[in-house]
Amino acid sequence: MLWYTGKRLLQIIPVLLGATFLIYFMVFAMPGDPIAALYGDRPPAPGVIDQIREQYHLNDPFIVQYFYYLLGIFQGDFGVTYSGQPVNEVLARTFPVTIRLALLAIFFEMVAGITVGLISGLRKGGIFDATGLAVSLVLISLPIFVLGFVAQYFMGIQWGWFSPTVGTGAPLEDLILPAIVLATISFAQIVRLTRSSVIETSSLDFVRTAYSKGLTRRRVVPVHILRNSLIPVVTYLGTDFGTLLVGATITEGIFNVPGVGRTLYQAVIRGEGPTVVSFVTIMVLLYLVVNLLIDLLYAVLDPRIRYA
Amino acid sequence: MSTPLLQVKDLEVAFRTQTGLVQAVRGVSFTLERGSSLAIVGESGSGKSTTAHAIINLLPGTGHISGGQVLLDGEDLAKASQKEMEEIRGRKIGFVPQDPMSNLNPVWSIGFQVEEAIRANGIASGRKEVKQRAIQVLKEAGLHDADRRLKQFPHQFSGGMRQRVLIGMGLAANPQLLIADEPTSALDVTVQRVILDHLESLTRELGTTLLFITHDLGLAAERAEQLLVMYKGQVVESGPSAQILQNPQHPYTQRLVAAAPSLASRRIQATGSISAAESAIATDASSAAGEAIDLIATAEARAEALEAAASQPPAIVVENLTKVFKIRGSGDFTAVDDVSFQIAKGTTTALVGESGSGKSTVAKMLLKLEDATSGKIVVGGHDLASVSGREMFGLRSRMQPVFQDPYGSLNPLRNIGNTIAEPLTTHKIGTAASRRERVFELLDQVSLPRTLVSRYPNELSGGQRQRIAIARALALKPEIVILDEAVSALDVLVQAQILRLLAELQAELNLTYLFITHDLAVVRVIADNVCVMQKGRIVEAATTDEVFDNPKEQYTRDLLAAIPGANIKLGA
Repeated sequence: MLWYTGKRLLQIIPVLLGATFLIYFMVFAMPGDPIAALYGDRPPAPGVIDQIREQYHLNDPFIVQYFYYLLGIFQGDFGVTYSGQPVNEVLARTFPVTIRLALLAIFFEMVAGITVGLISGLRKGGIFDATGLAVSLVLISLPIFVLGFVAQYFMGIQWGWFSPTVGTGAPLEDLILPAIVLATISFAQIVRLTRSSVIETSSLDFVRTAYSKGLTRRRVVPVHILRNSLIPVVTYLGTDFGTLLVGATITEGIFNVPGVGRTLYQAVIRGEGPTVVSFVTIMVLLYLVVNLLIDLLYAVLDPRIRYA
Repeated sequence: MSTPLLQVKDLEVAFRTQTGLVQAVRGVSFTLERGSSLAIVGESGSGKSTTAHAIINLLPGTGHISGGQVLLDGEDLAKASQKEMEEIRGRKIGFVPQDPMSNLNPVWSIGFQVEEAIRANGIASGRKEVKQRAIQVLKEAGLHDADRRLKQFPHQFSGGMRQRVLIGMGLAANPQLLIADEPTSALDVTVQRVILDHLESLTRELGTTLLFITHDLGLAAERAEQLLVMYKGQVVESGPSAQILQNPQHPYTQRLVAAAPSLASRRIQATGSISAAESAIATDASSAAGEAIDLIATAEARAEALEAAASQPPAIVVENLTKVFKIRGSGDFTAVDDVSFQIAKGTTTALVGESGSGKSTVAKMLLKLEDATSGKIVVGGHDLASVSGREMFGLRSRMQPVFQDPYGSLNPLRNIGNTIAEPLTTHKIGTAASRRERVFELLDQVSLPRTLVSRYPNELSGGQRQRIAIARALALKPEIVILDEAVSALDVLVQAQILRLLAELQAELNLTYLFITHDLAVVRVIADNVCVMQKGRIVEAATTDEVFDNPKEQYTRDLLAAIPGANIKLGA
């Protein structure tokens, strides 16, 4: 297990290098001059431009710029945004907010998705199952920005159940509505996944054997059906984490959440290379670590899996 | 007299399907007295397992009891509520399921699963007490190091060990009735015998009534006082075991008795299209004399053929063959250890052994699907180690395999015609028209209708699929066919058909067979020579008659003794 974890951690290095290179290249290839974008209509003094170009190595060839950047990363320095803030500081401010949002979303989608999926699976073909399937299909088909605006308008503004936007410091109660919106699509996927997994497990031999031992349904369902059905659901969470990060960018925009997504979006618009690359690098890193954790969790859930 | 323990009256079970109700069990009735034993025998699809599941009300899917009664101590289980059934299962009726591989939950430890059964039936309470009882139950079931292995998971147990765990769980609450649904079908014969012996002594000790479900007539007769033969959901015959075996009344039972390889005693002697086995099935008083003469004539013909074969160079020579697998962490594992044998042209050699004995590895090396670590394999005069890729390609057309699982070895996306023609297209033999002609010819040879050409594997039964696999193997007119457990997955009647077909094809095409099986009973009816393998080594090699009549090794004797029903005398 330890050896496996070490191996996986080592694998992160080439993936991270490749990812930063690709992103850096793409940002570099974006049209437009970042300095012009920074100053808008009133051009700065020519000397200032030169100074900024020098400071950010903008005169050097692409590959040299990239190496300067890498060098910084290995020293724990992600560079400075064009507005002068260290990227590290921006990361420290925005990441906790997004992590909180994502965890809340995962919580919602797990609890609701597994509950609905379990009931659907156990009552396959019933009214609950049919409704659940139809609703989940609608939710999967809806783009998250439509859902976001609709939820914001009705639940936030018309009915006033939740705060329509997120206030400073992003308190937990303000994050509930964005988290629900963010969780929706994955919720629908988890419902369907849990449902089919529960149906499959229910028909397996060991479930019948469990009943034949004299166990009650109340015991067989959680211990023998649900426990085994969760294995594919947990695996799904790994890839789902990526979807959540993408969704966060949109949701944060709609609800004005001061998190990673919104900051990243603004940096892309302004063409702020170092900021974009740093944020995406951290996201890639996070994604890799989360997937490693899920793989390790997988071995805990299924004792047949042994990593060597 | 007291009421019988279990009375099943006119039991009917139906499954709802898209095309309406399908009756799986129709009007089954039987009575089981306290302390007695009954075996339900039938092939797959006969409704025997469905009957068992109906008794404990655990029918799969849309199955439900559509009529009749299941009286346990006079109480009708067919009308019992879910809660009442939960009380009865485990406590009054224990159940030992069929497949030890799939009947234990892979994510919970063995101890957890046994303790859960004990707790559910209120046998013991309190952590320590429950654990003590679990260890006791497992020890009784023959798991001697139970205390040490409680924390282990099912995948760390062998099939036999798992079946012991399942038996332990079934008997955990001392039920009055134990239903054992093919409890040993997935196990090696010697393991099977040990487990069944143990089950027998255990149930006798506890006074448990036993309802035994099996497809193996010999096994049933050996283990139960009463037999109930089922066919297509109905009881066709019932009565004392010995009586049914010696004097079967119903035509289906007669066929079953005749086809059971565990009860047969002679090699199938093929002459043209009529085989000895077939005539044996058709036997009635008037033609018995004529058949006897026929048998002698065919036996003599076979003996002559064998003598002729001995004078030719052998089709396969294997010398000092060894295969070592490297296993990470635990060093080397020698799967095949210094194995040597020869197979003469036109004869059948059986490679017999239990799972893990290395017999399939030998087959894989012969087919060059696996490389030998050391040793020599000569096929038709070519040393496999030194043939080039191109020569091997040519050699493959002369040596074809048939594998165990007829469901897994046919591509579900290719129709039967394409499946059979595939070796021809691969080896670029003939034109499209001539290949089609050859496919028809092959279908005739394996006695399947030509209309199957455009059908797909999922539309065929297991026996039909295995015939297709054989037809595919014969497409290139090979000299050697390697049959790796080719009949193990089939019902007895189908098995008998396929074995007969193989014998006929051998006589017709002078084929050489390497027949790999775990089932000595099958060996007797198909093989000329036998090599018995144990732990990678050949422990005994002789002609089939010698091995059966005069086994030299203790291991061979164990294997022979383990054939169910081997010592049951059949009536004339």
